[in-house]
Amino acid sequence: MLSNLANLFRYRGLIQSLVARELKARYRGSVLGLLWSFINPILLLSIYTFVFTVVLPNRNPIAQPYAVFMFCGILPWNWFSSSLMEASNSLVSGGNLIKKVLFPAEILPIVSVLANMVHFFLGLIILIAFLIGYRHWPDPLGLLWFPVVVVVQLIFTTGLALFLSALTVHYRDIRDLLQNLLMFWFFATPIIYPWQDENVRQYKWLFDINPFTHLAVSYQEILFFPGPVGHATWLMVLAVVSVFVFLGGYWFFDRLRDSFAEAV
Amino acid sequence: MNAIELANVSKIYRRYSGRQFATLKSALLQRSILRDLSAAETFPALSDVSFSVPKGCTYGVIGRNGSGKSTALKLVAGITKPTSGTVKVEGRISALIELGAGFHPEISGRENVFINGIMLGLTKGQILDRFDEIVDFAELREFIDAPVKTYSSGMYMRLGFAVAIHVDPDVLLVDEVLAVGDEGFTHKCLDKFAEFRRRNKTILLVTHSLGLVERFCDEAVWIDEGRVMGHGDPKRLVDAYLTAVEKGEDTLLATTTAKAVEAAKRADGDAPHPAEGVIPASSDDAAGGPETASTEPELKNFFEETEGRWGSRDIEITDVTLIDKAGTPSFVFHSGEAMSVRITVDAHSPITDFVFGFGLFNAEGVCCYGTNTYLEEMTPVHIEGVVTASFDIERLDLVEGTYKLDVAVHKRDGFPYDYHRLLYTFRVKSRTHDAGIYRPPHTWSFTGAVNFTSEIDKLT
Repeated sequence: MLSNLANLFRYRGLIQSLVARELKARYRGSVLGLLWSFINPILLLSIYTFVFTVVLPNRNPIAQPYAVFMFCGILPWNWFSSSLMEASNSLVSGGNLIKKVLFPAEILPIVSVLANMVHFFLGLIILIAFLIGYRHWPDPLGLLWFPVVVVVQLIFTTGLALFLSALTVHYRDIRDLLQNLLMFWFFATPIIYPWQDENVRQYKWLFDINPFTHLAVSYQEILFFPGPVGHATWLMVLAVVSVFVFLGGYWFFDRLRDSFAEAV
Repeated sequence: MNAIELANVSKIYRRYSGRQFATLKSALLQRSILRDLSAAETFPALSDVSFSVPKGCTYGVIGRNGSGKSTALKLVAGITKPTSGTVKVEGRISALIELGAGFHPEISGRENVFINGIMLGLTKGQILDRFDEIVDFAELREFIDAPVKTYSSGMYMRLGFAVAIHVDPDVLLVDEVLAVGDEGFTHKCLDKFAEFRRRNKTILLVTHSLGLVERFCDEAVWIDEGRVMGHGDPKRLVDAYLTAVEKGEDTLLATTTAKAVEAAKRADGDAPHPAEGVIPASSDDAAGGPETASTEPELKNFFEETEGRWGSRDIEITDVTLIDKAGTPSFVFHSGEAMSVRITVDAHSPITDFVFGFGLFNAEGVCCYGTNTYLEEMTPVHIEGVVTASFDIERLDLVEGTYKLDVAVHKRDGFPYDYHRLLYTFRVKSRTHDAGIYRPPHTWSFTGAVNFTSEIDKLT
């Protein structure tokens, strides 16, 4: 397993070009091309903003301006959920590669995660535009934490992606199951409502065991809430958990590896 | 030194509990997750296969469909792992198994060349150096910037082939991919292989084209049902393989014939027997061979290409055996060799009016030859009891193909005692793929300045 992990590093050139291919291919043939990477989050954001500021206004004073608050959580969530959706399908749709070419299969789910990370970064540009537009300045020292959260999320997502992609080869209904699970997970995570809300605090332990709570809250602490980042301890705990999730996911993937060429 | 070494390699494929895809729901309901993920049934694709390919050798792998050739190649390529045994390969491998397997339809040929090259182990710089060569080899200069989805299947394959062959591997694995282009492209591929050989690279070639193996390979291995049947000199091995194929065909034809005879017997049993003494009125066209239709109303049209059996059975054909030049019963013959048709009949009572007939048809139902004893001026006198007739053909000068036999005993006027229509099938084999039906024994001779060499120029 360790030698396989080391091998992965050797394939970074391939991963890089596959991510580039993924991004190029996605918008090839569409008129707006890469602009969709911006348009999609803007549209999503508009509808959420409309619903939660006009129809069901969220008046919690700490979550104002609400659009910016929500955006801090939705962007990483989109990265997370699309990565898992695409990764779970990646081995099945890339079956030709696994069956016919000497190709380390784990590259496929990893490429899904990384390609969505690029979209996340493109979305950040919109977020920055919003922060500037609302004159909402994050704490500059807190920004140093930003790369840490991204890395933790990357490791955590990759671990889950490896696990799910391997399992989907054998159980095709993971895809449908996952879609519903992610929907549930989204609402169970403090993304469209603030973590400090009193109603939320009642069920604190439930939120504590949800790993994405700590990612979402960390992003909000860094980018939205004023003052120093108050969620660092939880983030470090999650970092350790993520490493185990990654190793566990990789171990599971590695165990099923030999069955892919036959079961895909 | 060996470039490829397989030692006692077995590969067992798992079949996942019959269903194509398990669903998680059913797995949870039946608590069968572990069972589904473990082997339910197994299928041995290779058992205890060992062979080694010396460095610089061009090595052929032959065998029937489903014999395990491609599995062996996949093991060498490292795409699948052996269940037991070891596979060792020295040097960089490039596998021409599925050409263009990694192509993405939406992006251009140019981008695909780069990604495919990287997948096969090249660096960007190396691909850049070889890019022009690859594009020229694939003959796709004008289309290289078009998305691959607009390519024809031939263009797709050529590009895949061009990339794979320019990886410059130490070991090249080729699985039946030479048929991707027109004659010109195939020649170019063969030239490329020849260049590989000159540069002392190792080639492992899986193919059904035995001519290619004979001409091209230094050594070969023959795999059947997952086992090594032999290895060594390609010519000897191809001969052994062909003999085995013939044997297999022989068994197949034997069952075909047995089935036909059996079916005819049953059909005949159902049909009413022609009443004794119903002799056709027009007995003047008495010289009816098998190819003359009898006026017997029950008789099927002779030119109809249906097999069957009919007749009154006063004289019954009990056995028909085809005998080859060695005197053993066979269903596969070589063009130009001797063949005997041994017909055993049983005349249940003394009979004075009888004719033995023989007809030979090709697969399209064309009568190649037909004769009978009466046509050959053998006037019948008396027959009784069990008699064996042998129709001996000195030289079976037919082109390669499948042929069927009519065998019959009838009266001079055509009234059938026992008529076996197209029940016996045999195959004629030939190394020359000439056309038509009949091959007259012949030679070529020339005058003037003409030169030939016996070297085979044809590829497949």
